[in-house]
Amino acid sequence: MLDLQGVSAAYADRQVLHEVHLAVGPGQLVSVLGPSGSGKTTLLRLVAGLERPRSGHISWDGRDLASVPVHERGFGLMFQDFALFPHRDVAQNVGFGLRVRGWAPARARARVAEMLELVGLAGMERRAVARLSGGEQQRVALARALAPSPRLLMLDEPLGSLDRELRERLPLELRRIFRTLGATVLYVTHDQEEALGVADRTIVLRDGRVEADGPPDALWARPPNEFVARFLGFRNVTSARVTAGRAVTPWGIVAISPDVPDGDHTLLLRPGGFSPDAGGSVRGTVSARLFRGDHVRLEVSIDDAPPLEVEARWTPVPAVGGSIALRMDPGSAIVIPDGARGGTATVGR
Amino acid sequence: MSGRAALLLGALPLAFLLLFFVYPVATIVGLGLGGASGSGLADPPAIWLDRRTIDVLWFTLWQAAASTALTILAALPGAYVLARYAFRGKRLLRAAATVPFVLPTVVVASAFLALLGPRSPLNDLAESILGPGQRPVRLDGSIWAILLAHVFFDYAVVLRLVGGVWSQLDPRTEEAARVLGASPWRAFREVTLPLLRPALTSAATIVFLFTFTSFGVILVLGGRGTVTLEVEIYRATAQLLDLRLAAALAIVQMTAVGLLLIVSARGAQRLAVEQRLRPDAEAAPSRADRRGLFVIALTVIPTALFLGLPLAVLVERSLAGSTGYGLHAYAALLDERAHRALFVPPAEAIANSLAFAALTSVLASVLGLLAGALIAYRRGWLATGFDAVLMLPLGTSAVTVGFGFIVALDEPPLDLRTSPLLIPLAHTLVAVPFVVRATVPLIRSIEPRLREAAAVLGAAPRRVWREIDLPVISRAALVGAGFAFAVSLGEFGATLFIARPDVPTVPVAIFRLLGQPGALNFAQAMAMSTLLMLLTAAAVLLIERWRAEGPSAF
Repeated sequence: MLDLQGVSAAYADRQVLHEVHLAVGPGQLVSVLGPSGSGKTTLLRLVAGLERPRSGHISWDGRDLASVPVHERGFGLMFQDFALFPHRDVAQNVGFGLRVRGWAPARARARVAEMLELVGLAGMERRAVARLSGGEQQRVALARALAPSPRLLMLDEPLGSLDRELRERLPLELRRIFRTLGATVLYVTHDQEEALGVADRTIVLRDGRVEADGPPDALWARPPNEFVARFLGFRNVTSARVTAGRAVTPWGIVAISPDVPDGDHTLLLRPGGFSPDAGGSVRGTVSARLFRGDHVRLEVSIDDAPPLEVEARWTPVPAVGGSIALRMDPGSAIVIPDGARGGTATVGR
Repeated sequence: MSGRAALLLGALPLAFLLLFFVYPVATIVGLGLGGASGSGLADPPAIWLDRRTIDVLWFTLWQAAASTALTILAALPGAYVLARYAFRGKRLLRAAATVPFVLPTVVVASAFLALLGPRSPLNDLAESILGPGQRPVRLDGSIWAILLAHVFFDYAVVLRLVGGVWSQLDPRTEEAARVLGASPWRAFREVTLPLLRPALTSAATIVFLFTFTSFGVILVLGGRGTVTLEVEIYRATAQLLDLRLAAALAIVQMTAVGLLLIVSARGAQRLAVEQRLRPDAEAAPSRADRRGLFVIALTVIPTALFLGLPLAVLVERSLAGSTGYGLHAYAALLDERAHRALFVPPAEAIANSLAFAALTSVLASVLGLLAGALIAYRRGWLATGFDAVLMLPLGTSAVTVGFGFIVALDEPPLDLRTSPLLIPLAHTLVAVPFVVRATVPLIRSIEPRLREAAAVLGAAPRRVWREIDLPVISRAALVGAGFAFAVSLGEFGATLFIARPDVPTVPVAIFRLLGQPGALNFAQAMAMSTLLMLLTAAAVLLIERWRAEGPSAF
């Protein structure tokens, strides 16, 4: 298994990773999520051996990798924009790792065919890579990384340059492929839906520090801090004073779970927890309205507070400019334990 | 542009080319194939199959191949460092490495003679350590001096062509190979090298062509065993006075160069690989870490020594005398009596050179600008064909140009033997391709929408041309004139054939001084080479200034 102990990295005078600790067990599917510049790519390059950590240790099955050169690590890395070899065809790209490992040509050919079959490019061996579409190039890059059966597969924004339709379809397919092969995977992305959808476990990076680490559903249900909550797309995050199951928020006073102790808390109010109700305590004006098929996304402005985000399902809602009263389901208010502060938080495990 | 306007623009350059290039070359061919001369010399096939011709051709080929291979080996580390690392002084380094390429051949030859010849300061050093008479350095006359001078000359060609493409390659392609299990050497060999191959091939072709037609370096640094086709043509003309032999050899030379150009064009087409260049946002190479700094130092320091030392020694030798350092060699350049070898004081050669260069820059910039305007304004096959035809004199060698002038322009209807225009005409022929290459991109850079905008704002066509095109064209003219000036100053191969003994140019004077015995003659040759180097450097610096400045500067 992969083990990172207090790994730090820097380019020139800019610190990119701070004391990262991370263990990835065999067969685990881990996604690394973070905004651009958070150190995700550097993390992969360190593990691959393309960069050296400034301090800390990276080891595999207890063996320190510091003295193991890139080509002897036996890891696979799928680069952002794929970095295919432009002067070689599809089969030569996929078979490169087999050839440098000294596979017999016939055996390598069979393996290449098998990999192309797996990624849905059967029979494309002789095609020039420059003539492939973005989605096809992505599959070739994946097949190339998978062909030598790496003990760890790393993917850097594998869907980054693809169009929306592929971005939505491919995570399912990737998950199927990873599961079929039982691969250990480290999957880097800045897209939260992708990160949560593809993995069994998600790590959130911010400015080179691990902000959260846990199963996607647990992260989603209970973000460990405000940064993670906001990065996952939640906008109704606020500090609130709680007294006897009632919270005073900028948007009004709402009833929350009576289990929350009295005092100051950081609260996340899920947008789906609000529903129009003439007697509701949250009152304001609809300032934006976006029809999303199964729900209507509303922005409600209430006095000087930041706009409140609401997802209204199956109910008629007023047009922009109309006033609205909302009631909140007490269960949809979540206490964010770590507040605005950073620091590693492990969730749900 | 209408057909008639194109004809008007193209007529003058074309007429010039016909008269001073096609006609002389045709005369050489006629002479070489036995049409013109009836003296009882051997037939051309006998000359071509002669043992000596084959030896000369063989030496010409292998010294060019060896020079090309050495140049590539020497320049690859520099190309790598420039492509992959960002460090302070990088731009200066790139500019400095280009200096040798623009120097006149005679200057480079003098510098290497100063460094590796019997009068080398290395020998002075050896003598002071080992005792009197111990002067072991004597590489002039050997193949090594020639190869080193060629590498020195063409280093920049490989550095810029290969380094330019290298810096555009996505480094992650090589990293991908590494992660897939390839060792560093294997990743370079299987990924980077194939992607560099088109650039390497075109750089190798250019260096091979330059060294195949190398003349001045070999004439000055070579010895009895190092005779190339060019030198043999000169020897046949100037020493054996056998014009027919020279013509037969010139045919071999032109055929070889022609074949070389065809082969390289074919090869370039076949090798054009579709490469994905890396996105602009990531084009900036990474800052060097400690290991990178070590690699940079290991590359830059020997390169700087190799490129700097010959020029430094050249200047040092020009100042060194038996009684210590001083300007006596420079002072002697003005002295009337000491120069029986030259017929005139060397200072007069400087005046000649400047006058010829001025004339050349006028002639070449007018012709080059006319041709450049035609090529730039009128795209399509006509422009492309015209462009190719104009490049022909560049493909043949200077020696062929000079020899052609001798055999073609010495009798009516065109007897220019005594004309002071002969040398500027030859220099113009050599310079026009450079002027065209420098001006076409400038003229093409005029944004057509600027003309449209001016027209919409109410400017009449004539006014549009004056306001939009003219400023750019005058800058192009200036750049072209500068190039022609620099080319003329350094031109040696053609000039040596046609310069009259009492009207030498600076390169010819340097060559004659080097052929004379005595310390003072040598020091004067060094002094003149130093002056020529400074003049050329000044001209090139001015060109770079003019090129960089926007049209608003005028």
